[in-house]
Amino acid sequence: MSLDARQTKPAASVAVESVLGNKEKTIFQRLLSAQSFWVTIALGVMVVVMSILQPEAFSSWDNFYNITRNFAFVGIIALGMTAVIITGGIDLSVGSIIGFVGVATGVMLQAEYSWWLSSLVGLSAGLLVGLVNGYLVAYLNLSAFVVTLGTLSIARSLAIVLSGNKMLYEFGPDADIFNWIGGGDILTIANPVWLLVVSTIIFAIILNQTAWGRYLYAIGGNEQAAQATGVPVQRIKLQAYLLCAFMTAIAAVMLTGYNGSAINANGTGYELRVIASTVIGGANLMGGSGGAYGAFIGAALIEVIRNSLIMAGVDSNWQGTFVGSFIILAVLLEQVRGRRRD
Amino acid sequence: MPVLELRNISKNFGAIRALNGVDLSLEPGEVLGLMGDNGAGKSTIVKIIAGNFLPTGGEIFVDGEHVQFSKPLDARQKGIEVVYQDLALCNNLTAAANVFLGRELKRGIGPFQFLDHARMIKKAGELFVELKSETRPRDLVVQMSGGQRQAVAIARTRLTEPKVVLMDEPTAAISVRQVAEVLDLIRRLRDAGHAVVLISHRMPDVFAVADRVAVMRRGSKVADKLISKSSPEEVTGLITGAIDVA
Repeated sequence: MSLDARQTKPAASVAVESVLGNKEKTIFQRLLSAQSFWVTIALGVMVVVMSILQPEAFSSWDNFYNITRNFAFVGIIALGMTAVIITGGIDLSVGSIIGFVGVATGVMLQAEYSWWLSSLVGLSAGLLVGLVNGYLVAYLNLSAFVVTLGTLSIARSLAIVLSGNKMLYEFGPDADIFNWIGGGDILTIANPVWLLVVSTIIFAIILNQTAWGRYLYAIGGNEQAAQATGVPVQRIKLQAYLLCAFMTAIAAVMLTGYNGSAINANGTGYELRVIASTVIGGANLMGGSGGAYGAFIGAALIEVIRNSLIMAGVDSNWQGTFVGSFIILAVLLEQVRGRRRD
Repeated sequence: MPVLELRNISKNFGAIRALNGVDLSLEPGEVLGLMGDNGAGKSTIVKIIAGNFLPTGGEIFVDGEHVQFSKPLDARQKGIEVVYQDLALCNNLTAAANVFLGRELKRGIGPFQFLDHARMIKKAGELFVELKSETRPRDLVVQMSGGQRQAVAIARTRLTEPKVVLMDEPTAAISVRQVAEVLDLIRRLRDAGHAVVLISHRMPDVFAVADRVAVMRRGSKVADKLISKSSPEEVTGLITGAIDVA
């Protein structure tokens, strides 16, 4: 009962070629409608303006090195956060995971374990939090906001307990290599920046070229539909939270090496900067959209603005005001664009 | 031989008797209109055939083979596809992505499997052409008309060669002009040899496209006859109970 056999007469009015050749938007049009494109433009404009205003301080190699390294940590986490936000979820616990992972790694190093075992323990601590987040959200259908708000508190508290509320800085025999991994550079680019670039490429491939990535978008678009068509919704959601926690844990291990010490307050307020980065880069908090490049460029924009404000002599205590305003502005923009689409 | 046969199917939900010994059979290439008032048992039958519910009693045969569906995937593997009332589409994805959702075409080596965009777009385009729908595979579903969305949902059932396509109220939520489009889609499914069960409230749609009509009332089948031997008046009477059986 093959259809092709029965389709002897030519398929009436529309031929395959005419349908396929009919691209909905040109690549240029698609570019113009992407938020990350406009953020890139804004970033470019800022860099040019700052280079003119502060030629010596801003456009020095040192400043470039500092800016890129500073946003690398946020950017790495923002990639994982993007996966979660695409499914329509959120992970507020990333800042606390940084503290918890840092302390767990620091405790191991202080006990003179090797850098790789200590890092592995740190990564496991992060994945544990991700597992709790993912299981409760995906399998017990609890609100992501509430669950990760809970683990935000739990992970921070565990970090304080585990550290005995002390700073850990005697990193044992592997201190040099451990501190180099997070704080060193290769070819004059800071190590975390390399990791961010490689991770962004990998995430772009995962999100656009794999079924797993497509399922994230499908879940964010219509979870019931995804379920009905055979997408393993619960497993994918659990994995998204694990991935976010994993990226956070890697960033946390490197951040600990960069600082050369672990304190339990590390990463406080990071969740805000990370979420701001993804949202500014075009991820929609309602789910269903977002991308790897957006997370990268969103993190870069926030850091360049912060850097510029400091250079302009604005008190750094204003930073929170700006980051918060950007989140609201980005969501507002999304709302306006959404309305125009309907 | 019927492609799908239900024998003496009953379903209880606790003390409530939703289906009461229903027999139903379906020949290849046949469109069956399944009608009845709210709560008459239409959806329960659909959900049993689709594998959402296990029947309390009775047997199901597909191509003469006795089957038991404990989940929707079981039914799908036996060649039964469902077009859900809400269509189960993701607005943020393209038409092609929706057609292949959960059954993506991939290429690659070993664990590195990547989406084969080109092949999916081409195949989806071919399906839309077969359905004579002017739906473009790369368009986002959010921008589409009700008829186009229906075409996407129907194209999805055509990825395999389904024996039976169940359509749950496909014309309930769309404009009059689009209804004609959807009825055409149903005719094309029939012409391609698929049996279609059309669950509908709308008398004109059933009489326009179905070969046979089955009427449910309070969990029992009260009529099962050729459209040519019935009339909208008779069916209305059967649904409301003004006519007892036919």
